[in-house]
Amino acid sequence: MKPFVDIHDVTHVYARAEDGLPAVRNLTLKVNEGEFAAIVGPSGCGKSTLMKLATGLQFPREGTVIVDGRQVGAPVKLAGMAFQNPTMLPWRTTLDNILLPLEIVEPHRARLRRHKAEYVAKAESLLEQVGLKGQGRKYPWQLSGGMQQRASLCRALIHEPKLLMLDEPFGALDSFTREELWCVMRDLHAAQKVTIILVTHDLREAAFLSDRIFCMSARPGRIVAEREVEFPRPRDLEITYTPEFSALVHELRGHIAQARKAA
Amino acid sequence: MKTKNQLALAPWVFTIGFFLLWEIVCRVLKVSSFILPAPSTILLAVWEYRTQLAYHAMHTLWMTLAGFGLAVGFGLLLGMVLGSSRLINAGSYPLLVGFNSIPKVAVVPILVFWFGVGWVPPVLTAFLISFFPIVVNVATGISTVEPEMEDVLRALGASKRDIVLKVGVPRAMPYFFGSLKVAITLAYVGSVIGEQNASNVGIGNLLTRASAAFEVPLVWAALVVLAVLGVVMYVITAYVERSMTGWAQRSQMAA
Repeated sequence: MKPFVDIHDVTHVYARAEDGLPAVRNLTLKVNEGEFAAIVGPSGCGKSTLMKLATGLQFPREGTVIVDGRQVGAPVKLAGMAFQNPTMLPWRTTLDNILLPLEIVEPHRARLRRHKAEYVAKAESLLEQVGLKGQGRKYPWQLSGGMQQRASLCRALIHEPKLLMLDEPFGALDSFTREELWCVMRDLHAAQKVTIILVTHDLREAAFLSDRIFCMSARPGRIVAEREVEFPRPRDLEITYTPEFSALVHELRGHIAQARKAA
Repeated sequence: MKTKNQLALAPWVFTIGFFLLWEIVCRVLKVSSFILPAPSTILLAVWEYRTQLAYHAMHTLWMTLAGFGLAVGFGLLLGMVLGSSRLINAGSYPLLVGFNSIPKVAVVPILVFWFGVGWVPPVLTAFLISFFPIVVNVATGISTVEPEMEDVLRALGASKRDIVLKVGVPRAMPYFFGSLKVAITLAYVGSVIGEQNASNVGIGNLLTRASAAFEVPLVWAALVVLAVLGVVMYVITAYVERSMTGWAQRSQMAA
């Protein structure tokens, strides 16, 4: 299968980096179309840099980034993003927040005004899928943190992106809400056939959700281990309590511990 | 409920108390009305000169609103430019701060050279004195957009202009309306300064003539009228602020 995201031997130094040290060095990874990939690593390992490289917000100093068969030279326009902080706009209702990407991305931008009802229906069906049915009229600050994060996932998906980038999206939530949202994420992935790259600190989260896990080294980041996850889908939360699952998490932990020690 | 009532009454109690104290001090110490007229004397003067005061006050109000309107339009535009370009912001800041530091009373003669005596100098003085806080606040609101929000939109192919219009400007609105309360009172100061030096009508001009003729009660009456107008305009802008940016005032402190 042809890789959807192909990052080849990339070294990137931020223009504003004071020490001139690269954020990532000789980074190579491939994610197939429709795959759910997770990236784990010690903090400050350049995971966010990887997100910016894959979406075209930064361009590599050396190496190539190919997304959907084309070398990235500008923001890719086909990506949806969600962060740890839901970044909802407080002056818009939740529904209007979700519709925001459509005001930017073509062809929706030109169609939005005339086909508003159609798009609103789509947003409402997304809200229903994440368990926020009928909450669209509320303002984001009237929702709890977990609900805001769900809405932020809807915003990332409303324009049917081919690539969804998640930067520790559940990091700030309590563990029950987090597990609930894992299941939401699992179902969204199954329904939308979107390629997902999830950056996370949580090894259980990576193991439960993804098809393929990449472990990164400490800064300057590169991939030190790649591991396929073979649990059959659809997965139930119960698998997180099986010995196989624990063994996988334990193995990942070993890679991270080594990466930290090497730093 | 009790504290709420007290809060609502407090401005009245304090204001009336202030004037009562003033009245008592004047009467007990027998202060000459040439030095400090008692509030009752001033109130009588206001009534005596009411037609004259109303005519000039209306003129001042117009000058102020015209200058304020210019300042709002120009301040919004310049604030948007400064907020969205770090280069222009850094480059023009010393100029702006330097210009703002010039006492505007010193600029009035120049305005008179250019436009002569009339309605233009007061309007322009009001404008010049009041646009700065608007510029600074709008620019701050726009330049402090969350980087994550910017990333979300840029990854979708949003232009700088998209981000400023969709996120920056709405986000700057609480700052903008906050600055209006400062700007409206400054605009008052500006138009009165302009009228004092370069106009034949307006409260400022009335002040100049009354003080030249040593009509002390009239001078005080004019000042009182100015203060009342200022409070009214402030209240109106504060009300507009609250109704336009309710989303920003959800903290417990604002309740």
